Amino acid sequence: MQTATPHASVRWRYIKQHLFFAVVRLSAALIALALGGLLVYIFLHGREAISWSFLTLPPTDSMTKGGIMPAIIGTFYLTLGAIAVALPLGIMSAIYLSEYARQGPVVRIIRIGVNCLAGVPSIVFGLFGLGLFVVFLQFGSCILSGALTLGVLILPTIIGASEEALKAVPQTFREASLALGVSKWQTIFRIVLPNALPGILTGSILGIGRAAGETAPIMFTAAAFYTVKLPSSIFDEVMALPFHIYVLATAGTHIEATRPIQYGTVLVLVALVLGVDLIAILIRSYIRKRKRW
Amino acid sequence: MEDKVIIRTKNVNFFYGGFKALTDISMDFQSRHVTALIGPSGCGKSTLLRLLNRMNDLIDGTRVEGQVLFEGVDIYDPKVDPVDIRRRIGMVFQKPNPFPKSIFNNITYGPKLAGMTRRSDLEELTEWSLKQAVLWDEVKDILGQSAMMLSGGQQQRLCIARALAMKPDVLLMDEPTSALDPISTAKIEELIQDLKKQYTIIIVTHNMQQAARVSDKTGFFYLGKLIEYDETETIFTRPHVRQTEDYITGRFG
Amino acid sequence: MTRTFKEQIIKRVFFLFACVSVLILGLIVAFLFREGLPIFGIVSVREFLFGHEWYPTFDPPSFGIWPLIVGSFIVTFFATLIAVPLGVLSAIYISEIAPPAIKEIAKPVIELLAGLPSVVLGFFGMVVLAPWLQDTFDLPTGLNIVNASIMLALMAIPTISSISEDALYSVPREFKEASYALGATTSETILRVIVPSALSGISTAVILGMARAIGETMVVLMVAGGAAAVPESLFDSVRPMPASIAAEMGEAPFRSDHYHALFATGIVLFFLTLAFNLVADYISHKFKEVGSGTL
Repeated sequence: MQTATPHASVRWRYIKQHLFFAVVRLSAALIALALGGLLVYIFLHGREAISWSFLTLPPTDSMTKGGIMPAIIGTFYLTLGAIAVALPLGIMSAIYLSEYARQGPVVRIIRIGVNCLAGVPSIVFGLFGLGLFVVFLQFGSCILSGALTLGVLILPTIIGASEEALKAVPQTFREASLALGVSKWQTIFRIVLPNALPGILTGSILGIGRAAGETAPIMFTAAAFYTVKLPSSIFDEVMALPFHIYVLATAGTHIEATRPIQYGTVLVLVALVLGVDLIAILIRSYIRKRKRW
Repeated sequence: MEDKVIIRTKNVNFFYGGFKALTDISMDFQSRHVTALIGPSGCGKSTLLRLLNRMNDLIDGTRVEGQVLFEGVDIYDPKVDPVDIRRRIGMVFQKPNPFPKSIFNNITYGPKLAGMTRRSDLEELTEWSLKQAVLWDEVKDILGQSAMMLSGGQQQRLCIARALAMKPDVLLMDEPTSALDPISTAKIEELIQDLKKQYTIIIVTHNMQQAARVSDKTGFFYLGKLIEYDETETIFTRPHVRQTEDYITGRFG
Repeated sequence: MTRTFKEQIIKRVFFLFACVSVLILGLIVAFLFREGLPIFGIVSVREFLFGHEWYPTFDPPSFGIWPLIVGSFIVTFFATLIAVPLGVLSAIYISEIAPPAIKEIAKPVIELLAGLPSVVLGFFGMVVLAPWLQDTFDLPTGLNIVNASIMLALMAIPTISSISEDALYSVPREFKEASYALGATTSETILRVIVPSALSGISTAVILGMARAIGETMVVLMVAGGAAAVPESLFDSVRPMPASIAAEMGEAPFRSDHYHALFATGIVLFFLTLAFNLVADYISHKFKEVGSGTL
């Protein structure tokens, strides 16, 4: 009896362990299945629509035929603009936070500000862009307004990535440079920044993926349902991939007829965003492995 | 010349936030001598060393009281630029810390930023400092290669050469051999003997034999206080304070 | 002296750039208020928040966003209900149970999936899940609370999982070893030692996931169905706040009452998510202090 009890309890403990592991494995499998299934489904359905002309021609026959080239171009411009806005701002902010800031209420407020900005819903960014860039500054709905709005949206991503990269530069590099009588800003520009740059850039690529995939912020600030010609200046409206999907899937009279185009556009967007992110993640893991310090 | 005092600390107290790391340190460091700072971990010897070229400025929440005079000027005077001080007081760290640049660019990094631009000057300086650090023969053909390729001992001598390239008056060494093997350590110790002909060297070390071998004067620290400071020979053969003797003979620490 | 002066100038410049984020946050508030406040000349704050009628284009219009607020909360609630267990359990799987090969792949894959554009999830919910729900449960429409909650959960899971995994991963090895050394099984160690130690990190993950769900636009715009009424069943359609703003802003005449009302809805949404984020920030900050204090 006295020896049997511990055995029973040990067995029961292992049964509990197996149950727990089963639940955990099941959850992981469920998620993998759902998200994996989603991607596979999109790939299988989108594949047929993709062709060279789909990628290089504008839509025709009230968008029921033709390609999505203007939307690709539009997304490219918007993303490029967003990164051009956010990258310098983000790197400068991160340099302050990582290299200059000392613990204190001001820095705490800045950090909370960055965190809160990261949590602002994308539709609120859309309203903000509408209120500030489109209406108040009178840019109208155009590439500039959309790029600025998206730039603000990805700013926290860039700041986070840059700060992480700056922090990863060993403190001994800074000390070595300062001990040689090199001033602080020269140390930052000659030693810290060059060593952090690969990390900053790969982190920023994740921001590119985010900017390219967002719909809500550009709905009122940049995106057009259909444009006859390609944009010729930053004050033109543009088509964009995510908005194109939304419009084709929800509005208009040909929702069923344009299904293949919708799947094709979704596949292009997914491939673009995940492809860009994948590149960033691969480069990052390569950098992490290669680092000798 | 022999007995000229180059750095003098006067009643220095040092705080990390509320913690007092150094208490009332008054010390004279003589020009062209090697001074060793010894003591158990956390005794404040490294803190004192980093105070002499204002490296502690980099740590948040630190505070200095008292005076640190370098050639008669208080380096903690608000009018004094720490950058100027660090150009004249070089430092070598515990772990070799070359930049991930070529050997040549490691050496010329400081001088370039201090305004030296002519290629021939920089090449001459590189050769001179690498020779001073007894590294020239080993690396003269691979100056363009990354400093990261060198061995630990070579990296540390490169760091010494890099510091010497600024033509400092004083060289601070913070346990420069603690990360190195015995052979590299011996090379560095030999180098220190050579260098003291031209430079004032202040070295923090954990290794008492090293202090005995390389230094002219030794200061023993315990719990943030300077317990005893004298000729190295005196410290190691007939210390005046009990605590020093206990430490030297390995009874604690 | 000039060099120190220059250093000071450079530091100030960097400081100004660092303030940009706070400035933008201020500008967001300013412009939301500028365009949103005029509606409160027409309706009182109470009527606006708790009015049950959202008929912005009727004559006379009524601007009560209560159904929209309820819609937002209800889809967020059910999304959280699905996403938190799955997200946290999958984090436990990746961090503690998975073989190293899977571990190495799963982490970046989750990060990758967190970047999936929400319009894609909305699209999938619309063309795949909605018809399936409609057929299976014989519903008038598959665009409803269930669909929106599932798609929002799918969107929030990578976020929750990724942040929870970070928290689990950063639990010191010593805790684990101590538990094993006392004869605990793996599952006991996970449940009694690792998860409790990572709890504040996991809480942060959950709150951030919820904040993402409540602020998400495209998914609810495309799959929640869009009925601006307080729902009575899980298969009813709802119109969460972001969906209402996105769908109607295009049609609302410039600076009309409707336009102002949509901005005012934006104010509510903004402060709601701000509250979520401040709580998350508070928890993670507290976590950090405790973390360093105990080590």
